[in-house]
Amino acid sequence: MKRRDFIYLSGIGAGAAMLQNIPVFGRDISMEEALMPVDTALKKRMADVALNAARSKGATYADVRIGRYLNQFITTREKQVENISNTESYGMGIRVIANGSWGFAAIDKLDDDNIARAAGVAVQIAKVNSKLLTEPVRLAPQKGYGEVSWKSPIEKNAFEVPIKEKTDLLLAVNDAALKGGATFVNSSLFLVNEQKYFASTEGSYIDQDIHRLWPTFTVTKTDAKTGKFETRNALSSPMGMGYEYLIPKKEEEIKSVDILYKNRYNMVEDATTAARQVDEKLKSKPVEPGKYDLVIDPTNLFLTIHESVGHPTELDRVLGYEANYAGTSFLTLDKWESKKFNFGSKLVNFEADKTQKHSLAAVGYDDEGVKCKNWDIIKDGVLVSYQTIRDQAHILNLPESQGCCYADSWSSVQFQRMPNVSLKPGKTPLSVNEMIKNVEKGIYILGRNSYSIDQQRYNFQFSGQLCYEINKGEIGGLLKGVAYQSNTQEFWNSCSAICDEKDYRVGGSFFDGKGQPSQVSAVSHGCSTTRFNGINVINTARKI
Amino acid sequence: MPILSKEQTQALMQKVLSYSKADECEVNLNGSDNGNIRYARNSVSTSGGISQNSLVVSSAFGKKLGVATINEFDDESLKKVVARSEELARLAPENPEYVPFMGPQTYKESPTFVQSTAAMTPKDRADAVAESLKISKDNKLTAAGFLENSTGYAAMMNSKGLFAYNTATNVNFNVTLRTDDGKGSGYATKAFNDFSQLDVKSATKTAADKATRSVTAKAIEPGKYTVILEPAAALVLLENMFFGMDARQADEGRSFMSKPGGATKLGEKLVDERVNIYSDPFNAQVPTSTWSGDGRSQEKVQWIDKGVIKNLYASRYWAQKKGIKAIPSPDAIIMEGTNSSLEEMIKSTEKGILVTRLWYIRTVDPQTVLLTGLTRDGTFYIENGQIKFPIKNFRFNESPVIMLNNLEALGKPERTVSGESGLNALIPPMKIRDFTFSSLSDAV
Repeated sequence: MKRRDFIYLSGIGAGAAMLQNIPVFGRDISMEEALMPVDTALKKRMADVALNAARSKGATYADVRIGRYLNQFITTREKQVENISNTESYGMGIRVIANGSWGFAAIDKLDDDNIARAAGVAVQIAKVNSKLLTEPVRLAPQKGYGEVSWKSPIEKNAFEVPIKEKTDLLLAVNDAALKGGATFVNSSLFLVNEQKYFASTEGSYIDQDIHRLWPTFTVTKTDAKTGKFETRNALSSPMGMGYEYLIPKKEEEIKSVDILYKNRYNMVEDATTAARQVDEKLKSKPVEPGKYDLVIDPTNLFLTIHESVGHPTELDRVLGYEANYAGTSFLTLDKWESKKFNFGSKLVNFEADKTQKHSLAAVGYDDEGVKCKNWDIIKDGVLVSYQTIRDQAHILNLPESQGCCYADSWSSVQFQRMPNVSLKPGKTPLSVNEMIKNVEKGIYILGRNSYSIDQQRYNFQFSGQLCYEINKGEIGGLLKGVAYQSNTQEFWNSCSAICDEKDYRVGGSFFDGKGQPSQVSAVSHGCSTTRFNGINVINTARKI
Repeated sequence: MPILSKEQTQALMQKVLSYSKADECEVNLNGSDNGNIRYARNSVSTSGGISQNSLVVSSAFGKKLGVATINEFDDESLKKVVARSEELARLAPENPEYVPFMGPQTYKESPTFVQSTAAMTPKDRADAVAESLKISKDNKLTAAGFLENSTGYAAMMNSKGLFAYNTATNVNFNVTLRTDDGKGSGYATKAFNDFSQLDVKSATKTAADKATRSVTAKAIEPGKYTVILEPAAALVLLENMFFGMDARQADEGRSFMSKPGGATKLGEKLVDERVNIYSDPFNAQVPTSTWSGDGRSQEKVQWIDKGVIKNLYASRYWAQKKGIKAIPSPDAIIMEGTNSSLEEMIKSTEKGILVTRLWYIRTVDPQTVLLTGLTRDGTFYIENGQIKFPIKNFRFNESPVIMLNNLEALGKPERTVSGESGLNALIPPMKIRDFTFSSLSDAV
C-alpha cells in the first residue's frame, strides 16, 4: 500500500480530504481467503513461464516476484468505527537484464500468455534503453538457494484475531482518552502481510510470509475560548510482529516520567496518559530558544537516526541515482575510502541488520534473492560501510550483495532500500534517570513529530510529542514550540552518553519514501536513550 | 487489459448491479496503463510498464456498509465480489455518519484525455530522455531524471441511477543536472495532459543553466529576506494551506481556519487582497475530472477571492449536519497572477533571493500552518534587478498564510506539479517579503 493510499484510507493527515479521489489499489477479500496462501507449486510454474520467456527473448538474467499483499485497516474516531477494510493486491513483476540494461514489466492477469507477453515487454524496454547506457549492469555473484522459505517469527497472527476484538480495543482506547478529558481521538490499527514468491535465473525459488502491524492514535484537545489546540500521538511503534505486540507485559515496560514500551504495548494505558499530557501541553510554557543538552528517547531518536544515518549511507544516493528526487549524500566514497571519516563521537556505533527480531525490515531473503545479514556501518564513530544490492557490491569491492533490495509491490521495480540501522547501546551501565541527573540545562524529548532534512543529509530539524525541561538534573514541566536543529556530523559528534541495553527499544517507519515512481518501505531503528550536548533549539511559535 | 470505453464500463457495471440484493449498491471501476523511464549518472537506470485494474463494490443495508474489491471480471468473480460486499455490510457496525448514495447526476466532459499521450511507447520515452542526456553531456554535467506517462479511466454507477465516466492522460517530466564536482545543481519540472506540449529539451536546458550558474555558492546570513518563489517552490507551501481548508476540521476547532470562541474564518480576509484562488475542472491548462470519487460534481469553485476565504470543502455527512453546500475538495488548484515574466520580477527586485525548488516540507505547527523545509537545486542572490551570485541553501520556517500576507508581486501563472504530493496546479511565481530562513545548509 502506498503512503497516499494509507492517508486516504485512514483519513489522517491534513491532505486527506484533498486526496479523496485517489483509488485504493488492492481488492477487499474475506478473511478465509486471505489466510489461504497461493499454492507454491503454482507459483513456481508461473515463475518458470516468466523466466523461460525472458530468456528466450534475449534476457541474460531475469527474476520474477509473485506478490500477494494483504492489508487490514481499521480506523475509528471517538465512539464509532469509521472504516474496516481488507484489501488484497495480487500480481507479478518481471525484471530482466538484456543488452546490459534493466527492463521491468508488471501485470495483474496471470495466465501463461500474459506472463510471456509481459516478459517480452520487459526485454523490449531493456533493449530500447540499452542504447542510452554508459556502462552495462554488473551483478555480484549470487548462488541459487533452490526451493526455500521464511516466515516472520510471530506468535499470534493479527489477521486471525476476530474483527470485534480489534474494534473493541480501539474503542476502549478512545474511551480512555475521552474519559481523560480529550476533545477528539482518532485511533487505528494497520496490519500488513506480504506473501512474496521470488524466483530467478540463478536457481532460487524463495517463498516468504512477512507480517507487520502498527497501532496508533492521536488525542486532540481544543480550547474553544482561545481557539488553541494540541495533539499527542501514540508512543507505539510499527513492528515486525503479530498481535502479541498489543498484549501488555509488565517486563516490557520502562518507567520514565510515565510508562514507555519495548516489545509489548499497552495502548489503552498510553491513551489515558496522552489525554492528561495533551492538557498539560495546552498549558505548557514556551521554550526559550538557545543551546541545550538534549536527552532523546528512542521514540524520537529513531527518526533522527533514520534521516541522518540511514539515508546518507544508502549507496544509491551516494552514487547519484536519487539525485532527482530523494537526493544525494554527504557521505561520499572518498570519506569511506579514507577509513577515518569522523562521523560521530567514539561512542557512536551503527549496525545494519536485516535479521533483527521484531524489526520491520527483517526478512529471510531480499527481493533479489540474497540471504539477509548484519554488518557495521559506523564503527567507533568512523564510517566503515554503506548499504548495497547486487549491482552495487563491486563498487565497495564486496564479494556479494548486503541484501538491501526491496520493492513495495509486485507492480514496483525492486531497488536499494534501507535495512534496519540501529545505534548500539552503551557498554557501561547507565539508566535514563542517571543520565538526566547530570544534565544542567537540557530538554528530555519523547515521541516523533515534525521532521525535515536536506537532500544531502547535513541540516535537520526535528520536534517531539513531549519536551520536558531539565533544570539542574531535575525534570520540570512540558515546553511548547521546541524544535532542534543541527548538522548531522556535529550532532553525532556531540553524543556524550548512551544508556545501556536495558533501555534499548526499536522505533520505525511504515512509509519511508524513495524512488520514482515513489515507493515506500518499512524500516526499524533501535537505540537506547542518548545524550547530545549543546544542541540548538528554536521556538516555533508564530502568529497568523 | 486495455482502457475500457464508456459503453464497456456501463455493460460491466450493469451486470454487477444486477447481482445486488442490498438496499443500495455502488460500483467504482478504474484502470490504468503506465510507462516510465528513469535515468541517473547520465545513463538510463530503471524503467517499466505497469497495467492494473480495480472494481470496487459498496453495498449498504440501512446504515451498514460493506466494501469489497476485485481485479478479475468473469461472471463468477463479479458475483463473488457483490456477495462479499453484502456479507461485510451485514457484519459492519451501523455507521451514524452514513449518507445514502447519490441519485442520477449530469456531468459535463473536460479535456483530460489526449491521444498523443495515450499512444506513447517505450521508444518515445527513450528518445525524449536521449535528448535530455545529450544536453547534459554537451554541458559536461550529470543528469538524473524521470519521465512517466499514464492513461487511465474511471467509472462509477449505482443502484439509484448514477453513472459517471472519465478518461485521462498525464505526462510528468522532471530532471536534476549536477556539475561533476558536486558544487552546482539545477532542476526543472513539467506536467501536461498532452505529451506534445512537453519540451524535454527546454526543461533540461533550464536545469543545465541553473546547475552551471549555481557553483561557488556564497553563504549569507540566515534571516528574513525578500524571495521570489518559482511556481514549483510556491506550490509545495500553498498546498498545505489548501489541505487544511476542510469545513469539519475548522468547525471542530482544530485547524488554522478555526477562531477563538468556536467560529471559523470563512468569509474573513485572511491574506493579501491580490490573492485569488479557485479550481475549475474545465481549465484548458490543468483540466481535471468533472466528478469526485463519491459522485459529486466538480464545478468551478472560488476558494479565496481578493484575500477573503469564500468556501471550505466538506464531506456529504458534514454538509448535511451543518446545512452547508457539500463541496468536494478539488483535484487541482489555480491561482491568478499577472502578465509579468519571472525575468521582469527579478528586474524589479532591489535585494532578494530566487528560489527554484523547496524540499522536505513538513508541518511544524498546524495551528499556524508553520512549515519547515529547505531550498534546493538553484538558489540565487538578486541585487539591483540582477542575479548576482549563487548562495548556499537555507532551511526555512514559514507559514503560507503569513507569506500571502507579505505578498509583493505575482507573475504569470504556469502549470506545475508538487514535488511533495503530486498535486497539479496553475500557479504564478510570487515575490514575498520577510520570508524566514532559520539556518544554513551545506547541501548542494
